[in-house]
Amino acid sequence: MSKVLITIDGKGFLADSEKTVLEVARENHIYIPTLCNLEGIKPQGSCRICTCMIDGRMMTACTTPVNNGMVVVTKTDELDKLRSKIVELLFAEGNHFCPACERSGNCELQALAYLYKIMVPEFDYIFPNRDVDATHPKLILDHNRCILCKRCIRRKKEAENPTWFVFENRGNHVKINFDHELTADMDDEMAQKAMDTCPVGAIIRKEKGYDVPIGRRKYDLHPIGSDIEGKE
Amino acid sequence: MSEKQFQTPNRSHDGCGCGCSCDNSNIDAILAKYNNDRGRLMDILIELQDSEGCVGEEAIAKIAEVFNMSRVDVVQTLSFYHFFSQKYRGKYTVYLNDSAVAEMMGRDEIAKAFEEEVGCKFGSVNEDGNIGLFSTSCIGMNDQEPSAIINQRVFTKLTKEKVAKIVKGMKNGDDVEDLIGTDVQSNILLQGPILTKDTELGDAIRKAISMSPEEVIEEVKQSNLRGRGGAGFPTALKWRFCRNADGEKHYVFCNADEGEPGTFKDRVILTERPQLLFAGMTIAGYAIGSDEGILYLRYEYKFMEAQLKEVLQQLRDKNLLGKNITGKEGFDFDIRIQFGGGAYVCGEESALLESAEGKRGEPRDRPPFPVVKGYMQQPTAVNNVETFCSVAKIMHKGAKWYRSLGTLDSTGSKLVSVSGDCQRPGIYEIEWGFTVQDVLNLVGAKDVQAVQVGGPSGKCIAPNEFNRKLAYEDLATGGSIIVINNDRDLLNDIVLNFLDFFIEESCGSCVPCRAMTVQYKRKIEKILAGKGVKKDIDQMLSWEKVMHMNRCGLGQSACNPVISTIQNFRELYNSKLQKEEYVSQFDLAAAIKESCETAGRIPNLGGNHE
Repeated sequence: MSKVLITIDGKGFLADSEKTVLEVARENHIYIPTLCNLEGIKPQGSCRICTCMIDGRMMTACTTPVNNGMVVVTKTDELDKLRSKIVELLFAEGNHFCPACERSGNCELQALAYLYKIMVPEFDYIFPNRDVDATHPKLILDHNRCILCKRCIRRKKEAENPTWFVFENRGNHVKINFDHELTADMDDEMAQKAMDTCPVGAIIRKEKGYDVPIGRRKYDLHPIGSDIEGKE
Repeated sequence: MSEKQFQTPNRSHDGCGCGCSCDNSNIDAILAKYNNDRGRLMDILIELQDSEGCVGEEAIAKIAEVFNMSRVDVVQTLSFYHFFSQKYRGKYTVYLNDSAVAEMMGRDEIAKAFEEEVGCKFGSVNEDGNIGLFSTSCIGMNDQEPSAIINQRVFTKLTKEKVAKIVKGMKNGDDVEDLIGTDVQSNILLQGPILTKDTELGDAIRKAISMSPEEVIEEVKQSNLRGRGGAGFPTALKWRFCRNADGEKHYVFCNADEGEPGTFKDRVILTERPQLLFAGMTIAGYAIGSDEGILYLRYEYKFMEAQLKEVLQQLRDKNLLGKNITGKEGFDFDIRIQFGGGAYVCGEESALLESAEGKRGEPRDRPPFPVVKGYMQQPTAVNNVETFCSVAKIMHKGAKWYRSLGTLDSTGSKLVSVSGDCQRPGIYEIEWGFTVQDVLNLVGAKDVQAVQVGGPSGKCIAPNEFNRKLAYEDLATGGSIIVINNDRDLLNDIVLNFLDFFIEESCGSCVPCRAMTVQYKRKIEKILAGKGVKKDIDQMLSWEKVMHMNRCGLGQSACNPVISTIQNFRELYNSKLQKEEYVSQFDLAAAIKESCETAGRIPNLGGNHE
């Protein structure tokens, strides 16, 4: 693997040429907020929150491979403002009632809202009429909370052949769905994996909501991104 | 046997839910026709939809089984496209265009006439399952609206009388061919260097293959030709990247997914000069080292299929396609047609490739670019219909000739599709550098309030800018020009229609494109309702930057109808705003009136409330 020299926020780094800007930033303890990205799955760049200025252009860090001489700016007031607008948009677009959600405290959307100190979105709440599908033996799919990041879809593993999770429709009618027949025999471990893949509370394991009480969960204790920034 | 091009399929249905008895006996044959190739899923869905009126549960299960896909994965592709449906859409399916210009030309009245004659509302099928009524985005007939597609066939300039006749025929079970006469007009009103027939069949190809591929690319480079789809990327540079990229196979794609509302030039080229297009594709194949070209054609233009296939066969017969073209040993190239399923976003080149692979038409992340990893992950050059035609002319008449046309940065000519409030809507081939006013004079437009240049994703300009040039360096356009006169309500008739279009046509992947367009619509509705304040305008302007975070050009430009009208018609917006800085959207007194009356209480709300 060849090495390239890139500049992130004014500092020079030697990086593997195969890696993305996001990966290199994380390795070097620079936190770039993400939502649709999850380590180990193919990035897609659909939430746009990791948008950085890369060689002077707005590009998503999660999908952009590093190049020799590349100059990346991960954090400016404007970028933070734009990212917070996306978080706001997601809250306005779906039905997110944090106090009643099993994922409260473990939710990446909620954690980002705290990070950006969002009080009231400047957008209209859409209050869409969305379903909750609780017909599966192991999983509940709550479309109200889904941010359509497609992590569950991209997580496709060898075990998942053919594809379990999919996107349906388009525009503001898109929704995730999964094949109930193929997943009928899903064990607890797989169900847990499906839930852990989801950044919010859209995919929930049945009967497993509150093992860790709210208040003592991941982002209740440490703000999102602090684990990356704190590793120095 | 009938010689008719459009026959009405024998769709038999009983209230498809769709647990019905669709006649799925032909699925095996359709799958076999495409060699059980997963990559041809689009074709399979198109044939099923056309023959059955839906792609029902049984069909989905069968496809899933054969391709080792999950059923939901089949639905994943199916549900992306406007012309595919899991629910039965009738023996005859009417798709009435709902573009802004269609509305301007009286679409609503035609819709009402259809509903009355058929006896059901748009978005549904009538009781006996005979006729379905549906709306659709621009079908490329803006110069002859209102128009509709019925079972692949296009009916233009609809009147109430025509609708009555059509519906009578459908109730009678007539073939669509017999409903009323065919009437799609090409309306070429100004011919330029591309449309002028001065190239003999095969001239351009022979000239090209007398040169080396590198020389062909160099000649195109010398012509300064830039992509005609709107973005204006230098064609020669695209080809060079593609030629130099490693791959098992290189592909040439023609982007004929002309979906930008108001654009219909590709339809006219495909109808009137298909040989020129195919010559251009063949030259591209020679230049980049490809033996396979694919014409990605929007489903709305399915009516052209037979004619185009005939032209392709003629070219094969003349050895202008196929093996050892014009006797040149080792130069093989052939072209097939790939239809889409109804999705504007597939006009974006990487989305087009996804669609051609039988998937949802979602734009890809770049890099890698299609020239490096395109169709089936192989190097692919995707060019616009008009670009290929320009290439054929450049080969025939030389780069120097081409450069003598247009401006320094925008060489050659441009086909513009003009529609809206003008006397002579149609196709005008102008040299780059014409001003908007020049075009308005040509088409006979008077009392003009605004001109939409480049379709909804372009700009809406006011009379003070009519002296601007159509050119990449000034007003770039993929070809759509919509004239809007002073009688129109710009915000309601145009901006709101365009926003609905972008909301409907977003692929739904990027957050701003999917969610912000809805927010823009809310704001415009608020302003139209007389409840807007200055802050609403400021917010809409500030959101533009968020829209620029979208992955593809289409998403990035989805706010343009709002932004460009605020910039150029600020007075119009201001006239609709309230004077106060802050006006509550929520009327507390009204909200609690009923409960207070029931409880017999007199509320004390303080402040301004009565």
